This record gives sequence, structure tokens and C-alpha cells, in this order.
Amino acid sequence: MKARIVVTLKNGVLDPQGKAIEGALKSLGVEGVASVRQGKVFDVEIDGDDRAVAAQRLRAACEKLLANTVIENFNIDLD
Amino acid sequence: MRAAVILFPGSNREGDAARALRQATGRQPDIVWHADHDLPAGIDLVVLPGGFSYGDYLRCGAIAGRAPIMDAVRRHANRGGLVLGICNGFQILCESGVLPGVLMRNANMHFVCRMQHLRVERRATPFTSSYKPHQIIKVAIAHGEGNYEADDPTIEALEKDGRIAFRYCDSEGVAGGASNPNGSRNDIAGIYSERFNVLGLMPHPENLIDPLVGGTDGRGLFESIAGFATA
Repeated sequence: MKARIVVTLKNGVLDPQGKAIEGALKSLGVEGVASVRQGKVFDVEIDGDDRAVAAQRLRAACEKLLANTVIENFNIDLD
Repeated sequence: MRAAVILFPGSNREGDAARALRQATGRQPDIVWHADHDLPAGIDLVVLPGGFSYGDYLRCGAIAGRAPIMDAVRRHANRGGLVLGICNGFQILCESGVLPGVLMRNANMHFVCRMQHLRVERRATPFTSSYKPHQIIKVAIAHGEGNYEADDPTIEALEKDGRIAFRYCDSEGVAGGASNPNGSRNDIAGIYSERFNVLGLMPHPENLIDPLVGGTDGRGLFESIAGFATA
């Protein structure tokens, strides 16, 4: 099974990289960009075909390593 | 005093840490590989050195923070053993949950590599007893992710319990404004664990132990540790 995990900064956490990208887009003349927040995407292939087990494993992966839950949220999208 | 310096793939300040320890304690520290599961018997102090463990992949210190040796480091800390995390070592301590909070990208987006004044916020700890109260010291900083952040209750608890070890300041000891190199909350450069036996800090005191290379303001930290262990 394939899954896509998206890790994003929690609201209120300062994101200097997102701010720099936002500034660069504005300086390139891209109009209407109100704000940019940078995150991470992980495409994970997981063995087996039990969706509940897979979801549980992916959640463990996020909590143990992929996201620092002090500052980040994660979202798991299982195909 | 017996010390162990943990070596992760991508550590690069382990030699500096070992040299500072040798100067202060008269004894060569053990170098311990990250994949080991146990510390050598009789270790008083564990040092997590600076560098770029795992190339800073994922997040600084994230992968090293889950290395096999970290369970042994956690056990050592839980039984009151001394742990010192410098720069990447501080990031590893935060990522592994030994210390609270997180080191984020510097607010100005620049890697900062320069000399920096710090104020010693608390003297009566195993790491700072050789300094004078609120002494201003000048040491090196070299990091891109040293912007200390934690949620409000954590920051309040750190302040209330006197767990701020060092604050960024100017040569007069005034914190805030341009003397903060990375945007750290409350100008925090280093923090203690609840029992003051774990210290994590971004600056590099281990590089300021020799008058030939910039000064000796870092010596106090290692002399404090040596004195504590023999006391």
C-alpha cells in the first residue's frame, strides 16, 4: 500500500523559510500570495493489505520520527 | 572524572570536546559509537558533541536522537548522571525528549559563525560553579538552527525554575535586540533539565580553552564539571 504523509508546522510557529519563499514569490511578481508555510512530504510504501494495521504503523512512524510534535502536525493519506 | 563523548555519523566537534575535557580533568574521555547500546561502566559525564549528525537530514538531531546509544544516555540522565549537549548535541537532546523544546531555523535565515557574549544565569550547578555570578563570557557560536522555541507553559516553567543556563547578551550583559543571534525565545542559549544534571547549549565553550585561539572563557564550564565530579 502507498501512503503520503504531510508534515506541517503548527499554527503560530514561526516559519522563516516559508517567509523567505513568500518574499521571493512576491519579488518575482507572483500576485495574490497572502502567505506561504513550508512543510514536508513523505511517500511511504507499506507491506501488507490491512488498512487498519498500515494506518497504525504510519501513525507510529510519524510520532516516533517523521514529525516533531512539539512544533509539527502530520496528516496521513493512505491510498 | 570519567567522561564519554558520543560519536554520531557527522559529528565533527568530538575532538574539541575531548581536548577540553582532557585539559580540565587530566583524563582522556572514552569515545563511544552511536550504535552501541551501553555506556562504559563508571562514566560520570556523557557529552554529545557538535557537528551535523546524519547531515541534518529530516530535522537537526532527529535521527541521532533515536540512535541506540540514546536509551543508555537517557538511563544515565535518569539516575542523575551528567549529560552535556553542545550545539548539535543540544538539538539531539531536544529531539530525544531529554530536554524540552526544539531548535528551529535561525529567525534571520543565516548560518551564524562568530564570537558571542553570554550571561551565566545560574552559578550553583555542576556546569557553572567555576564562573562568577552572572559572569559575562565570550565564546564561539556556529549554527543555522539555534532558535530555541517551546510552548508558553514550558518557557514559563524554565524561567520560574531557574533552568535557563545561559542567555545571549552584549558585552555589558544586556540581553535582547541585536545581541540575540538567532531569534531564540527569551534570548535562551542553553537550558538545564529539571534536576540540573543535563545541560544543552548552542554555543561552543569547548573551543575557548586556549589563549592562543581566541580566549579561555569556555574553560570554566569544564573545570566546573571536573570539580563537581571530584567533590
